[in-house]
Amino acid sequence: MADILRERERQVYRKGQQQAFQLDCEKQSVAGSVSQRACVFCGSRVVLYPIADALHIVHGPIGCASYTWDIRGALSSGPELHRLSFSTDLQEMNVIQGGEKKLYAALCELIDAHSPKAAFVYATCIVGVIGDDVEAVCKRVSLEKGIPVLAVHSEGFKGTKKDGYRAACDALLQIVGTGPVDDISPLSINILGDFNLAGETWTIRDYYARMGVQVVSCITGDGRIDDIRRAHGAALNVVQCSGSMTYLAKSMREKYGIPFIRVSYFGVEDMSKSLYDVAKHFKDKEMLARTQGMVREELQRIMPLIADYRRVLEGKRAAIYVGGAFKAFSLVSALRLLGMKTVMVGSQTGNRDDYEQLRELCDEGTIIADDSNPLELSSFLEEKDVDVFIGGVKERPIAYKLGIGFCDHNHERKEALAGFEGMVNFAREVHSSVMSPVWQLTPRKRGNSLEVVK
Amino acid sequence: MLLRHTTDEVLERNALTVNPAKTCQPIGAMYAALGIHNCLPHSHGSQGCCSYHRSTLTRHYKEPVMAATSSFTEGASVFGGQANLLQAITTIFGVYTPDVIAVHTTCLSETIGDDLVQIINKAVAEGKVPEGKHVIHCNTPSYQGSHVTGFSNMTKAMVTYFADPAAEKTNQVTLFPGWVEPSDMRELKSLAKELGIDVVMYPDTSDVLDAPQTGKHEFYPKGGTTVEQIKASGGSIASIGLGPSGSAAAVEELRKKCGVAGEVMELPIGLQATDKFIDRLRTIAGVSVPDSITDERGRLLDMISDMHQYVHGKRVALFGDPDQLVSLTEFLNLLDMKPVYIVTGTPTPQFENRIRAALGGNVPEAKIRAGAQADMYLIHQWLKQETVDVLIGNTYGKYIARDENIPFVRHGFPILDRVGHSYFPTVGYKGGMRLLEKILGVLMDRQDRDAPEESFELVM
Repeated sequence: MADILRERERQVYRKGQQQAFQLDCEKQSVAGSVSQRACVFCGSRVVLYPIADALHIVHGPIGCASYTWDIRGALSSGPELHRLSFSTDLQEMNVIQGGEKKLYAALCELIDAHSPKAAFVYATCIVGVIGDDVEAVCKRVSLEKGIPVLAVHSEGFKGTKKDGYRAACDALLQIVGTGPVDDISPLSINILGDFNLAGETWTIRDYYARMGVQVVSCITGDGRIDDIRRAHGAALNVVQCSGSMTYLAKSMREKYGIPFIRVSYFGVEDMSKSLYDVAKHFKDKEMLARTQGMVREELQRIMPLIADYRRVLEGKRAAIYVGGAFKAFSLVSALRLLGMKTVMVGSQTGNRDDYEQLRELCDEGTIIADDSNPLELSSFLEEKDVDVFIGGVKERPIAYKLGIGFCDHNHERKEALAGFEGMVNFAREVHSSVMSPVWQLTPRKRGNSLEVVK
Repeated sequence: MLLRHTTDEVLERNALTVNPAKTCQPIGAMYAALGIHNCLPHSHGSQGCCSYHRSTLTRHYKEPVMAATSSFTEGASVFGGQANLLQAITTIFGVYTPDVIAVHTTCLSETIGDDLVQIINKAVAEGKVPEGKHVIHCNTPSYQGSHVTGFSNMTKAMVTYFADPAAEKTNQVTLFPGWVEPSDMRELKSLAKELGIDVVMYPDTSDVLDAPQTGKHEFYPKGGTTVEQIKASGGSIASIGLGPSGSAAAVEELRKKCGVAGEVMELPIGLQATDKFIDRLRTIAGVSVPDSITDERGRLLDMISDMHQYVHGKRVALFGDPDQLVSLTEFLNLLDMKPVYIVTGTPTPQFENRIRAALGGNVPEAKIRAGAQADMYLIHQWLKQETVDVLIGNTYGKYIARDENIPFVRHGFPILDRVGHSYFPTVGYKGGMRLLEKILGVLMDRQDRDAPEESFELVM
């Protein structure tokens, strides 16, 4: 089988082996490639899904609703309306005659039954083609029911997952600015781009509380409509998962003059830096002192635990393939803290700056890839004799088939990986997978011999 | 409670599906296509469809699932997807070198009206399909039927494209397994072998989606029915299609195209359905049933006899795919259990009649629904009105089971939170034993958990 798609030669880079660094990215996938990427709808759905007191209805045939029913593990401390699956389940006649009536009826039924704070209507591929005026239906229902009903323009074919993030942000922007802001402290932030997987937002919120920062809204982890309505009252937007939320932050800066900073909550260095950056932004000495105290306290607690893992993991090799490149930066550093080397790193949707930054961060010989596919990934894993692969649902079984450890850093993570505690969890997960005795039995380590295992 | 929004009042809905008991056609076509040897399924639509299907199949099987996509863009949605598919065919044969590309459509490509026959012919005419390689297709509009329909359509397409009317006439029986697990397909082949009957079965996902750990990522695992085998099925002495929803179309197509007499039977889940299946195979091939199979049947019967008091009269709610539900209902009825609620999201003609027939006049109060608004919200509302002793269905049943405190047996697609379904069959006598073991397991665990100390039993 061919090594890599010829058209993709410029989307794979090996540090140190080429003179000029020019990685092609932000390209459509080649038709016919087994890409790991998803679509616009997927982007919108994952971003908005954690808003727990809103109604999320998928307007289209049943599949899009089925595949995204409660798959993200975004926890809520209260309502759980977001975990149900609502669909207009369009049938052939609707496709011929249009689905607007059905959407209207479905929205009315649902809003009457559940009294949500707002409703998001996700337009899927087919809606874009049959020409339903989703916007008009939303306006009508919004007027009749007195809640925001927002069209999310997430037709799958209209770009990549990134365009879906943007469509989600556009919907959010219609809510921001509609709530009261009078009781908001000048030392206040919005947490953007954390989705409360395994309760991560709660950890982060707690750090900010200890620093003395008021969190106005979390967008969207454990999200609430009323909080998002008043998000424009915050003094600062703190943006993680920059791929999905930078657009929202920029728009809020334009419209409301709220500055933003980019942060990452993964890994000890990035986590500490994030908190310090927030404290520095407020130029509040007491806050900075509190932050230093808290970081010191956390580090004292976790570093001995990390050191234990590091002793075992030192020198092991890791590969990373994630959705957004920003996460990859933190992972490279976090792995380094565990004494591990990143020998391959890639993302579905990174841009030129992201890859440039990755190149600077990585060691010689590291493979950097954009929009990779299973063939490539498995060949990289074998070539680099990797000990652990960090990725998402479609990558996991590839690692296991090769006899390589795996850590899910995507929707299916079961343990919080953000924050200081998250670093310990990450180390434990990587350790438990890399050191599993099962790999010693696999052909990679002992050939296909049937000799009795000692 | 996660499903606190569900009320016991059944509200009539006409525009809305809540918590679906089905998904869309393309994933069924993808699953079926994986049962052809050296075949790359191809999704003709947006990138997300392919990604979702691969993720769902991966979550269900814990296996890598390979499939390509036409990666539709805005341009394709305006000017049609021909250019994308032609490019895809070139890319796939150039890079992934399958024997077969099995294309299925999506709601998007269906609605724009791409003509797959014309595009594939064009690809062939332009020399994009190498000698000895094949591109097949089926239409899977997501706004009709369900995932089961997609499976059926792709299975039929295998006949349409490959079954050879001129194939040498043999005593071989063609078997369409319906949408069952790799473990079930393995078991069906093994039963036929034990009977001494030559079968060709397609699709066959055993050794594809239950592949061993080899230290290699096999892009095309060793399983799957070969094109040659499917061609030869045109000369079969007869065909059997298991499950009307999944297999009837293929049986009819093989009859029309190659004159192979066929019969559609219920899936051989449970004692009686397996009896009928074995008997049919025996009759076609003119063989006698070996003792090994008779003994296996005897062991299932023995197990039922041993444990019948524990299942007698227990009320059961079932949801899932129509063919599975009909056979499960028959088996539960035989066990003297009471299947009271039966729901499938797949629109299925005659569904209620088939279920009533499986009940043989028992449980007249059973509530049965298929198609629009037959979803898990509905079954949950019924359960709130009057609960059951066991719930049987795919993983999504766990919400209801937890909220309503009902023992739960996972069966169907998808199962995202347990393993076993890929390895242990539920078809055949052995499968009947496994099902009974699972049902007994949850019932008895519950009894042990809830029994007052004085009546906590050691021997059950």
